[in-house]
Amino acid sequence: MQHAIEAEGLVKTYGKGTKAVRALSGVGFAVPRGTVFGLLGPNGAGKSTTTKILTTLSTPDSGTAVVAGLDVSREPGRVRHAIGYVPQKPCFDPTATGRENLTLQGHVYGLSRSDIRARGDQLLERFGLADAADRVTKTWSGGMQRKLDVALALMHRPRVLFLDEPTTGLDPEARADMWAEISGVTEADGVTVLLTTHYLEEADQLADRLVIIDRGQVVAEGTPEELKGGLDGDTVQVELADAGQQEAARRAVASVRGTGEISADGARLHARVGNGAATLPGLLAALEDAAIPLASVTVARPSLDDVYLRHAGRSFHSADRAGRAGTEVAA
Amino acid sequence: MSATTLAPVAPAAESRRFTSLRHAGYLTGRSLRILRREPVYLAFTLIQPMVWLLLFGALFERVAELPGFGSTSYLEYLTPGVVVMTAMMSAGWAGTGFIDDMNRGVMDRNLTSPVSRGALITGALTYQAVVTVVQSLIVFGVGVAAGARYDGGVTGVLVVLLCAVLLAVIFAALSCAVALMLRSQESLIGVSQFLTLPLAFTSTVMMAPALLPDWVGTIARYNPVDWAARASREALLGHPDWSAVLGRAGLLFALMLVMAWLATRAFRAYQRSV
Repeated sequence: MQHAIEAEGLVKTYGKGTKAVRALSGVGFAVPRGTVFGLLGPNGAGKSTTTKILTTLSTPDSGTAVVAGLDVSREPGRVRHAIGYVPQKPCFDPTATGRENLTLQGHVYGLSRSDIRARGDQLLERFGLADAADRVTKTWSGGMQRKLDVALALMHRPRVLFLDEPTTGLDPEARADMWAEISGVTEADGVTVLLTTHYLEEADQLADRLVIIDRGQVVAEGTPEELKGGLDGDTVQVELADAGQQEAARRAVASVRGTGEISADGARLHARVGNGAATLPGLLAALEDAAIPLASVTVARPSLDDVYLRHAGRSFHSADRAGRAGTEVAA
Repeated sequence: MSATTLAPVAPAAESRRFTSLRHAGYLTGRSLRILRREPVYLAFTLIQPMVWLLLFGALFERVAELPGFGSTSYLEYLTPGVVVMTAMMSAGWAGTGFIDDMNRGVMDRNLTSPVSRGALITGALTYQAVVTVVQSLIVFGVGVAAGARYDGGVTGVLVVLLCAVLLAVIFAALSCAVALMLRSQESLIGVSQFLTLPLAFTSTVMMAPALLPDWVGTIARYNPVDWAARASREALLGHPDWSAVLGRAGLLFALMLVMAWLATRAFRAYQRSV
């Protein structure tokens, strides 16, 4: 088994007739064993739907998926033994203590009593939850509760761990803490991790490889470095004082030597340039000559946001807002 | 990867049924633990039956003087009916547990674990059965404390408990099915209100069979609340007509199996929508 997950041509539509919403239109990727694989995309892109199919929660209209060497449609029962799943929403029992939560989980997977004890202790220790282990979990902090969710999913030593937006809603400190846990998990448990996120930073930090999903399709795939490296040079981001001048600004920027691809998103203009520092003076002069007032100008090394913009044709944040405002069906 | 880090293999086919029962047991235990930590919930479900029993018992005390009630006092007539009615009404809320689980990620986690759909339903229904036994004993005990006396002895009381449990499981299964299909607390409350009160009043829980209007009598014949109430009252008599008791208990049992099956099927509706 070369890959821990192989998905091919996954299609999923919710609802029927005119109300039908296409959540996935042919998603496919392969996840190498023992790595952290990121599924990055804005809200409503189809990340959760993909995860639900891979975890046997939902079935695709067409396409195939193999997880830990098992076909999810043909052998869902065996897949369930091989995976751990942390849903987007919290899944611990708030009326039970941390240890009680882990014990029930261990029983469900048929672990022996002594193993449940040992494995529970080990996970509580590792996630820094040992001191709170016998307290009812609704009194725990949000970060601790989320770590318990992950510990629950690891209880039975799964071969593949699914983390659906594990840090959404956590404060920055708890998020950094969770990142440390996730990056350690492949080593400590020999597990393969599929991580969905709509934080570019999170995918950049944690994922060995990632796919970018937009509107139910994979628009880019590679390591974060490869994806960023695919865009040579820097990005100059120009924010106009008046969005109405977008066309004029685009013409002015294009006239500057050394600018490559230009894309616009409302009052924002992104231009790819070979060397940001060298191009900037000429670019500013061109805009000045065209009498276009600016709100701000930034030069940046390529980020996943630029990768996203390049492949999806819109900036990540505007897509995220659109996804949030639109239907939650695929969330 | 060493041998100890391998995930446990899927259980063999012959042990699957056993595994399912074991899972149902753990889930029942989980729910009972919640109840033990927050027993206030049980107290809430007992307020209404106390009103029925003590207020109605006193208010309509002289109803029993009408021909049709025999020689019993109204409280004696009313108590077994209120026991089964309470069982039904509190079971109508059983689906709220599923809705809580769905609103959190608990349902999704369970459905991606080796726990079968059957075990999830069995766990919820078993929990409701245990709660019903406790509730029924309390309601019946209050009836006796208020002066109701029965010749049926322990056997009679056991039959009352059995009928209450069967009726509770029927409505708990229905409630779980509705929860899985509609996935909203409000809809569940609506459905359970719409069903339980009319069913209670179109039965012989409050009024002797001979005194019911004809059309209500006709409805009562197909009403599971009435089956449970009649079987319970009969079993508490000095010399019960056991064939009448068994016939109605059999009907309840059959309906329970149908409802439990329906509830298990309702998972498909939920999974189609996730």
